[in-house]
Amino acid sequence: MKWRDPLLLIVVLLLLWQALYFFAGDIALSSPLATMRRLAQMLGDPRFVPHVLETLSAFLQAFVLAVLLGLAIGIALGAHRLTGEVAEPILVALYSIPKVTLYPIILLIFGIGMPAKVAFGTIQGVVPVALFTMNAIRNVNPVFNRTARVQNLSSIAWIRDVLVPATLPEIVTGIRVGFSLALIGTLLGEMFGAQRGLGFLLMQAMSLHNMPNIMAVTLLLVLFAAIVNTALLGIDRRLRRRSGAA
Amino acid sequence: MLPLEGQRSGDSRKRGGPFMTRVAVLRLSVIAAGFALLELLCRTGIIPAFTFPPPSSIVVSALNILASGRYASDMQVTLGNVAASIASAMIVGIVAAIVVHALPAVRRVLEPLFGTYYAIPMFAFYPLLIVLFGLGNLPQVAIGFLLGVMAVVINTLNGLDRVPHVFDKVAHVLRLDPTAAAWRIRLPYASPYVFTGFKLAVAYSFVGVIGAEFITSSKGVGYQIAFAYNNFDNNTMYALIALVLTIVIAVNMMLHAWERRLLARRQR
Repeated sequence: MKWRDPLLLIVVLLLLWQALYFFAGDIALSSPLATMRRLAQMLGDPRFVPHVLETLSAFLQAFVLAVLLGLAIGIALGAHRLTGEVAEPILVALYSIPKVTLYPIILLIFGIGMPAKVAFGTIQGVVPVALFTMNAIRNVNPVFNRTARVQNLSSIAWIRDVLVPATLPEIVTGIRVGFSLALIGTLLGEMFGAQRGLGFLLMQAMSLHNMPNIMAVTLLLVLFAAIVNTALLGIDRRLRRRSGAA
Repeated sequence: MLPLEGQRSGDSRKRGGPFMTRVAVLRLSVIAAGFALLELLCRTGIIPAFTFPPPSSIVVSALNILASGRYASDMQVTLGNVAASIASAMIVGIVAAIVVHALPAVRRVLEPLFGTYYAIPMFAFYPLLIVLFGLGNLPQVAIGFLLGVMAVVINTLNGLDRVPHVFDKVAHVLRLDPTAAAWRIRLPYASPYVFTGFKLAVAYSFVGVIGAEFITSSKGVGYQIAFAYNNFDNNTMYALIALVLTIVIAVNMMLHAWERRLLARRQR
């Protein structure tokens, strides 16, 4: 029963896709079945796999950096009230500017290649992790801290038994948003200036008007993003339920 | 790209208080110090001028560009596309939210999509959109729309969920038809949430349109930035980037002020 609604959604989306294909035809897009076949064929192609690995490696580096940096910034700003108040609107402003415009600057600093992609993914992903972490730490119920003090908890015990459980759900949400943004950043980086990776393949397929390839790569990316996000969402919900019940 | 729910900032400014609080003064000084440091690093050559020109000279070339009107038509194209994508995202988003809110079964099926939507790298669809819509303004507007619309839907639904049951009874007593009830009672009640969706739609539309112009297009500010980059024309590139960021930050601040006034009026 739990899987009925998501399955229904997938079926509806596939039907819409098929309908769009009937309506727009081969020039505009390829059918779901043809796209899946092409994707399977590509995944078996030894020339395709290095591009996937390239993107995956750039994305993972960017994601790890974004999470680590975001946690560090968020903890620093969350721990000190005044610093946090001074920095929050600046972070929010950084969050809502179109960071794509900064891409040429990143390229000038890092040159075309892996470091630029990683940097771009990182600057996209770092802000939400920092914002959510800061808010999580700020919003820890003061009663918890007072209780910890009354019980004479050591700092390690306080971090392990109070701070981490109280802030984790919010931080996981930040990491989930950061995940999507780091992926988008990495891909945008590859689309704008790269010689390898899935974003590059997309641009190449676009200039060659190779619809089946565009659709297959897009499908691969969407599947990857949707699966990881669903997993993170599951963790997120479980943590929230637990902290809500506690 | 932004949190889906609006966040109340921890700003301690109150109505009727001093014009600027200590926090605001500190914040401005931090920003000013950042620019001063950057200027110093550039002027002393620690940051090479080719990588990053000093902020003051970026400002000068930005003002020159504004005065010359050289990129006025590109600005118009970009801002027009952003406006079109905000408008379409708002209209479609609000209508969709009202419809979905009225149909709980449909909503339950769509729920996984709401959670996953922003994980999907929307720019991956850009090549597809170019093939579908051609090389005019439509693909850029479509990307901005696709990015923005879900934020409007999610926030409007969130607001509609909070309408007290008694309001529905009032609508029933007044014999309002469903459209009138949505338009005159539920939507006004949900307006702060819709406004959060609006703010996100504005931010996303800028990201979508400019990002799309970057990747492939033949006009617009994003295109001109990419063009300047490809021609090693750093002065123009940095000036245009600075102009775009200034416009976006100004728009965001205006929306923030507007939202505060709306919320203040509600609390009276």
